[in-house]
Amino acid sequence: MKKYKSDVVVIGAGAAGLAAAIEVKKAGLEVLLIERDKELGGITLQCIHNGFGLKEFEEELTGPEYVQRFINQVKELKIPYLLDSMVIEITKEKLVYAVNRNEGLIEIKAKTIILAMGCREKTRGAINIPGFRPAGIYTAGQAQRFVNIEGYLPGNTYVILGSGDIGMIMARRLTWEGCKVKAVVEIQSYVSGLLRNQVQCLEDYDIPLITGFTVTKIHGHERIKGVTISKVSRNFDRIIGSDKFIECDTLLLSVGLIPENELTLEAGAEISQNGGPLVDENLETTIDGIFACGNVLQVHDLVDMVTAEAKRAGKNAIEYLDTRYGKELKKQKTFKCISGENVGYVKPDVINKEDIAKDIHFTFRVKYPARRVLIQFKDENNNVIYSRKKIYVIPSEMIELNLNLEEANVNPKSKSITIEVIPRPEVLIEED
Amino acid sequence: MSESSVSVVKVIRCIVCPTGCQIQAISKGSDIVFEGYACERGLEYAKQEFYEPKRILTTTIRVEDGFLPLIPVRTDKPILKDRLREALNEIAKTVVKAPVKMGDILIENILDLDSNLIASRDLVKK
Ligand SMILES: Cc1cc2nc3c(=O)[nH]c(=O)nc-3n(C[C@H](O)[C@H](O)[C@H](O)COP(=O)(O)OP(=O)(O)OC[C@H]3O[C@@H](n4cnc5c(N)ncnc54)[C@H](O)[C@@H]3O)c2cc1C
Ligand code: SF4
Repeated sequence: MKKYKSDVVVIGAGAAGLAAAIEVKKAGLEVLLIERDKELGGITLQCIHNGFGLKEFEEELTGPEYVQRFINQVKELKIPYLLDSMVIEITKEKLVYAVNRNEGLIEIKAKTIILAMGCREKTRGAINIPGFRPAGIYTAGQAQRFVNIEGYLPGNTYVILGSGDIGMIMARRLTWEGCKVKAVVEIQSYVSGLLRNQVQCLEDYDIPLITGFTVTKIHGHERIKGVTISKVSRNFDRIIGSDKFIECDTLLLSVGLIPENELTLEAGAEISQNGGPLVDENLETTIDGIFACGNVLQVHDLVDMVTAEAKRAGKNAIEYLDTRYGKELKKQKTFKCISGENVGYVKPDVINKEDIAKDIHFTFRVKYPARRVLIQFKDENNNVIYSRKKIYVIPSEMIELNLNLEEANVNPKSKSITIEVIPRPEVLIEED
Repeated sequence: MSESSVSVVKVIRCIVCPTGCQIQAISKGSDIVFEGYACERGLEYAKQEFYEPKRILTTTIRVEDGFLPLIPVRTDKPILKDRLREALNEIAKTVVKAPVKMGDILIENILDLDSNLIASRDLVKK
């Protein structure tokens, strides 16, 4: 077995892994990127539409253009990388095992590891659809790869289940390629993707968006011949008599993304409620010296946010090597971050009390849309330490904010901080 | 001016920010006025969408001898929405040869729309 060594090993060379590796290399440290695909760039390579980079470059770029800029930097900085190399195991001792097409099994001894494996698409919901499993059912991201990278169309007439961004973008893409998208069907009463995509990908092409409905039957044996959609109640029960048949030869699922964490879990790191590893304010997992960033940690709305997070992970890995590597672990006192009313999850999951005077970067999502809300942070004694108004919140929009807990007068003895998004009290009184 | 000459000709959903205001283009006699926007940026957007809607076109072009069979491309300026279909047909007829560099012009001034079609990434030879 061939053996390598590196100060930092970055697993996954998507937007996150590239930015983290660049950050580390610029500080003069050794870094190795490991990617299972045959080229650098990750999922953004297949997102050929524009809308990327407004934050990072103040320019509107396509996905491939966005990552190409980072790939160019990786090459200029001569950062070593392994392609066609799938990491199959990582250990607490920070040994990384990968299978490489030419070298077979390899071992890399790292001082610190940055996890940047991205996410995968959910197939939830579709699993429970009765009927055979005929050909012609794909996730929206798979279809995106077929059409944009491999160069073939998975079908001619489509129904898309779920109103996620990838599904809506694919609806337009397939229309442009001469296919017919019969409908986008969404079980919720609201669209889960961005308004911009709803307008520019569906409304521009008169593609019907059917909310409050879901697919309840798949027709066809060898190849899909159509689907039955039905209206659902508030509890998502099928409403009898609301069935409609739609003829199609392909069904795409666009029901959301979930962090990809088999490796993380097997290494013994704790996973939190959003499917990503449990991390502190330094993006460090429960394993000392292993950091996480990008969609493996939490699914982001925009690749720009992924880049910003990855740079932070890179910086924190550098600081770890400078100040903590090889030293004995100190058991830290922490605040636990709790998801309160209408909060789906919060990152970080815990905050080391020693960082109480630092600006902490919080990211979280609501569970359901709401208007005129108050975002509140409370300590254990229910003291409100931070509050902010917001006109509109929706699960598809990640909320980001920086907070200095000391300046916010948190009780240092508090064991937890609860984040909640509640209706604004004055709205109840005003009645406007 | 009679009452009946006032009518909503188009409803435009503003996508400039997540608030998503519904902006109405209303014809009053021979004029068009806009209502429902909450800020100037929204008014700008509504005017553009009403008089001359444009989009950046992003698609792929077939590549000969490339590491991949396709290369992603885009127009370097937004083009008229009404001409997207024609532009796509033009692009479908085109094949380019690898290697290609990001930013290379693959179709110059496509359909005389004052916009070039450029490569979105590098693509090396097979
Ligand atoms: C289908 C899809 C469409 C999207 N569309 C948009 C969009 O339109 N706009 C937008 O802003 N964002 C979009 N996103 C999100 C955006 O692309 C991501 O936020 C960004 O690419 C995430 O970067 P990442 O590096 O975290 O993950 P990825 O880009 O997914 O990179 C992860 C990399 O890790 C590699 N990897 C995983 N496991 C291993 C392993 N065990 N060993 C070695 N390598 C491994 C993968 O091959 C991959 O290259 C989309 C995401 C998906 C999944
Ligand atoms: S009009 Fe202004 S406030 Fe309303 S959606 Fe557009 S940009 Fe936002």
